[in-house]
Amino acid sequence: MKVELRNPNIVMKLSRLGSFHQSKLSFLRSFLKEFKDWKYKKDLFELNEFGYGTAVYSFKKSTRVYSLICFANELNKKERSDRVIATKWDAAFTLYDGVPSKRDIDRLRNEVPKQEVGRLSYKELTLSRANKSVRVFEHVVQSLSDGKQPDIELLSKVGYLYRTTAVYGSGKFGLADRFRIKNREEIYGPFRLEMMLVYLVRQFTFDQVNHVAKQKNPRKAVTLDLEICRNLGIGNSTGLGMAPFIVNHPTLLNNWIYARETALKNIREIKNVKPDDSELFKTCLKKSIKNITSWNTESKYQQKKINSLLNDLNKFIQFIEKDFDYSKEFVFNNIYQWAEDNLGEECVEYIISLMMEPYDDIVNPLINQMSSEEEKYFNIPTDRTVADLREILETKYQEILKIDFSKKKNNQNFWFISKNKEEPRFANRFEENGSDLEQPLAIARDIKKLYEALSVAKNSSTIDKFLINNNELRHVVRRAFIIEKFPYSEIQDNIIGQSLIPIDMLRLKLSFFGALKFDPRSDKWLRICMFQGAPLPDELKNYDAQWVYNSLD
Amino acid sequence: MKSLSEIDTTSKRASRAAGYSWGISEEVGKNIRILEMFGLPGIKNLNDYYKRKKERKFENLNLISADNKTVKSEFCPIIAGTSFLDQSRFLESLKEIKFHKIAYPLLFLPFISRASEIIGKRLLLKLDEKEFLLNFNNNIYSNFLKNEIVEVASNVIVEFVENSDSFSERDWKELYKLSEDTFVEETESLKQSGAGAGLTDND
Repeated sequence: MKVELRNPNIVMKLSRLGSFHQSKLSFLRSFLKEFKDWKYKKDLFELNEFGYGTAVYSFKKSTRVYSLICFANELNKKERSDRVIATKWDAAFTLYDGVPSKRDIDRLRNEVPKQEVGRLSYKELTLSRANKSVRVFEHVVQSLSDGKQPDIELLSKVGYLYRTTAVYGSGKFGLADRFRIKNREEIYGPFRLEMMLVYLVRQFTFDQVNHVAKQKNPRKAVTLDLEICRNLGIGNSTGLGMAPFIVNHPTLLNNWIYARETALKNIREIKNVKPDDSELFKTCLKKSIKNITSWNTESKYQQKKINSLLNDLNKFIQFIEKDFDYSKEFVFNNIYQWAEDNLGEECVEYIISLMMEPYDDIVNPLINQMSSEEEKYFNIPTDRTVADLREILETKYQEILKIDFSKKKNNQNFWFISKNKEEPRFANRFEENGSDLEQPLAIARDIKKLYEALSVAKNSSTIDKFLINNNELRHVVRRAFIIEKFPYSEIQDNIIGQSLIPIDMLRLKLSFFGALKFDPRSDKWLRICMFQGAPLPDELKNYDAQWVYNSLD
Repeated sequence: MKSLSEIDTTSKRASRAAGYSWGISEEVGKNIRILEMFGLPGIKNLNDYYKRKKERKFENLNLISADNKTVKSEFCPIIAGTSFLDQSRFLESLKEIKFHKIAYPLLFLPFISRASEIIGKRLLLKLDEKEFLLNFNNNIYSNFLKNEIVEVASNVIVEFVENSDSFSERDWKELYKLSEDTFVEETESLKQSGAGAGLTDND
């Protein structure tokens, strides 16, 4: 049986993309898989009694070494802020390409804590900073120094000791450009070095908390139980800065979604599912429920989604336990179709993620196809005709072309770059100033404009001639020729409309990162947790690939 | 040192602020990245051009012909370059294209370099006495090595270099003969067991 890839006009709607969950394709999971055979080492740990100082951690294989350099500093309570406008943090980090010399560390000590106003070099690959969850960190220090383990309930409620507020890579602030390192096989998957940084930061937080507790009470202090460590991740506060990324990198977005859709298609096409594979699917499904019941958020929007997910999952479990026959052919196709007919988008996408668990042979080859050589698709094929371009718009942007942009509600917002922090922001064009400086992210509106311009152009005219008088639409002409080759490269929604929920865009990206427990704090920013339940660095050799479902064991 | 990613982003935003469309600004971002990567002074020339552009108007060249003459002032290198890039597939039949007075011609250069990649031919760009052989956007061979601002080129010529060997048939044969010294003479029995041996090819 041949299964078609799902229709981009359905998959690429924001409500669907905002229902995606982590999966085997997620970057933090593929990072662990890639680096499990690398040699992990704590190279330097020079902290004072309060936990301030410098530490270095590394992963090494053959002649290649990646080193995380950590700078932990004293921070006045009044200065602690997760906002991107903050200028000081509890700790700052950079991932160095190789083994840093003392001179490198001294140079970076002056730059890394400054973050956006510091300057990095081509030897540094990623940059980040993080703040303590003071409540949790102090509780853990106090408990350990008293010779006892901390309160598990508090820890599981928060999920981490530190949360990062940004992770930068790819040439930002002088960091190495991607072209310098893109041919290294170990980083073929996207964001792999960003994932490495976060993963090693997690280990630093455990070492730091143990160190401070020991200094506080050397005779009585105990170290944090390893099982508790495993169940802690790294928090992250994420705002709108991440949203334009998925619009600005269409071929990359396509490759992420295409990998997921290809995995789904291939799994649905399996005629005879082995009992071990269906068993693993069921086991992961049941264990994963704990990730949902322990998903804390005060967001009414998210609570509603979680409740509906839980209800749907109970309905689904009942179906597969009572009414479903695993001995029939095309088990996963039947499951998928039943889910589409009976469950909400959130649960359908959740089940798709779980369906990948038994299938390394399907998923693994797709992981290396999730990066993109974006430059290759930048040039506009100007020898094509107006008729070609119009046909692309009519087939690939069907829903977009139906939107009436003369209505205020469809044209309500604009995206801009804030002057004070050079970060993307979103505002009402009828209430705020600055819409004349709008970023080129109103793709749906501009595609519609392009369609109108094409409808009065001569069919046989070539694009080079069309552009002479229409260069203000050049950015969407480029995109249209990209979507022709990359069907999942475009969000099929209006991201300047009144009904846009920006966190759907964030959730899409974060689900590919592998984040759990999305906790929206407004419609424009959210908190997440990464690596919760993951093996510790010296346990990587024989780790459980389904660790993500063990977080509360 | 600024990364190429920073150079691309800042050039793109500055171009938008200087009045170009987002699509053209994206082209400029990529172009300045190319110039800086090849060691040519992209940022310096772009910055100076945008300062100058505030004070005076440059001519837009939208449709390229064999001989392009300005009416009043110099051609804008960005609009002329974009037009050349877009129309390059149709221009190669001209063999040589002349431009009279292009402002800040180093900003015109990366468009030609990219066109070389698109049409699959080397392009020779002459900016008065400065020459640049643009090799499929992979590298640039030039007699200009200065890190300086070039405000104008009065005579600009783009030559389409036909794909041909840079050596004689005799050079090739001599070298090929030497390369044959790495081959081994096959025995008759080995020849009989090669791919396709023993079959009729008329099946």
